[in-house]
Amino acid sequence: MIGKSATSRKILLLAPLLLFLGLAYVVPFLGVVRWSFTMPEVGLGQYRALFTDPLVQSVFIRTLRICLVVTAAALVAAYAIGYVWVRGSSVQRMLAEFCILVPFWISVLTRAFGWLAMLSNRGLINTWLQSAGIISEPLALARNELGVIIGMTHFLIPFAVFPIASAMRSIDERVLLAARGMGASRTRIFWTVFVPLTSGGLIGAALIVFVFALGFFVTPAILGGGRSVMVAELVYLRIFQSPDWGLGAAISVVLVLFIGILLALMRRFIKPAHLVG
Amino acid sequence: MPQNMQLSDAKAAEIKAVSIGKTFGAFHALKDLSLDIGRGEFLTLLGPSGSGKTTFLMILAGFTAPTTGRLVMDGKDITDVPAEDRSYGMVFQGYALFPHLTVEQNIAFPLKVRGRSSSEIKRKVGEMVERVGLVGHEKKLPAKLSGGQQQRVALARALVFEPSVLLLDEPFSALDKNLREMMQQEVKRLHEETGTTFVFVTHDQSEALALSSRVAIFNHGELLQVGKPKDVYERPENRFVAEFLGEINLLPLDALHLDGDRAAGQFEERTIVLNKTMPMTGSNAVAAIRPEHMVISASPQSSDRNAITCRVEGATYFGASTKYHLKTRKGTSLAVSMPTAATSPIAPQTDVWVSWPVNQGFLLPSGG
Repeated sequence: MIGKSATSRKILLLAPLLLFLGLAYVVPFLGVVRWSFTMPEVGLGQYRALFTDPLVQSVFIRTLRICLVVTAAALVAAYAIGYVWVRGSSVQRMLAEFCILVPFWISVLTRAFGWLAMLSNRGLINTWLQSAGIISEPLALARNELGVIIGMTHFLIPFAVFPIASAMRSIDERVLLAARGMGASRTRIFWTVFVPLTSGGLIGAALIVFVFALGFFVTPAILGGGRSVMVAELVYLRIFQSPDWGLGAAISVVLVLFIGILLALMRRFIKPAHLVG
Repeated sequence: MPQNMQLSDAKAAEIKAVSIGKTFGAFHALKDLSLDIGRGEFLTLLGPSGSGKTTFLMILAGFTAPTTGRLVMDGKDITDVPAEDRSYGMVFQGYALFPHLTVEQNIAFPLKVRGRSSSEIKRKVGEMVERVGLVGHEKKLPAKLSGGQQQRVALARALVFEPSVLLLDEPFSALDKNLREMMQQEVKRLHEETGTTFVFVTHDQSEALALSSRVAIFNHGELLQVGKPKDVYERPENRFVAEFLGEINLLPLDALHLDGDRAAGQFEERTIVLNKTMPMTGSNAVAAIRPEHMVISASPQSSDRNAITCRVEGATYFGASTKYHLKTRKGTSLAVSMPTAATSPIAPQTDVWVSWPVNQGFLLPSGG
């Protein structure tokens, strides 16, 4: 009896959140699902279009490509930062913490414009390089896919650091000592012991970054300059700039389904508690 | 176990520690420690936690650098040789197995590091798996093994590359009593078969006495005594060693009279005769006698024994032995342990004589 009432009390505590999520997300999304089957006419026409429309296809392919590159880049950077954060000297740890947390506190919009100031043709990098005489023509760093990848990677690194650092922290120091005692070099220990023991964190980080990246809107819209449209921006364009609500809705539904599958996969590989460090 | 699987061609090393000191900030973990570890011996470092024994093992392993002093192995100074180049086997507390590798891969790791051929690795790992009784478990991950099996993997992994020294850091602390005794016998057998120098850390005195060829007793960062188990148990050089190695009765003596290697003193108006095992001065000392060396009887017994009168306060039954709790006339507590089978129960409040042979007691300084 006590157990039961404790459980129901916990559900009561969760209720406001469930109610909010239901009203703000689930119900409206069901409306979107309905649009995808009814606009402009009832049927599977919009879903058929997803597989035939070359524009939609190219956006999907670009989105997957950008997400894969961003995931790979963010993992490598996050692994290095996480390593310093977990195993560095106290000064190094503080620096790493600074690099992880400060971007976290700054809005995505500010950061996108910050990168634009860095990367655009008349941005800091191109100006410096030109005045130093290293290049004569500005490098195309923004308003293209490269700019989108740089901006997104930077945004997503902290999200990858947490699960990776958590995995690094849970390694038993004695296991590394044991490997050393058996004569293994630092490089060998890193690749044959340290990295394999953090593989759970790496998989978790990869899924988080990838899922997050799939729905990116602000960063690609600003740094891509309309030339590197990703799925979320395509939905926006279909719904707000062309009277094509049905197609926009169908794209949304496919995106949500895809992300749902990835999240289910993630639950199999890593406990949610490990993702927050 | 087939006899032809000898690892004995592994060369055992001898190590000399010369004035090793280690400080962590203001804390002296080790103070001016000198110790010779003989070729092929089984040396146990024994002491309470924080006594410096593990610090010393970590210095031997090369994981910790001493603040002062030198380490010399087979005549070569190895103080600055890093752990990975010392090639010692090591068994860690908690085993420190690679959780992502199978039993076989764990044992193969040190051989792979050494670039041995895959056929040699396969053969040696197979031999080792058989030696430690893990046949059938080769493909399992450590998490699927019992504590005792993990222990065997750790031993196999530490011995497979035929190290000249094997270091063991409290390897049995996580095992229950029966399993621990089994693994102790196993380690003893591996020591005899390999002939390698074993350095073993424990805080369990009975484990130290049962396994070692010599025991080194540590306290507060100092090495107090090194010797054969029988010597440190029966001839401790100071009170800490005497009390740490097992229960002991302490009888304050006065009017001490020294005569060669014998000493005599007064305890409750009776003369007690003892061996003198260390230099003594002054007229006061403490007679130290192990409970199992004393006997309870109705009369004072023969004249070559010391005897005092006591009253029985109670008894504790331990199966094979029974321990009697007694008080002397002036209230000093005593414990006497006797084989249960050899005695009939003695009722509390009985007045008895407690006696022991003169060569079984020893003198300790009264201060500490």
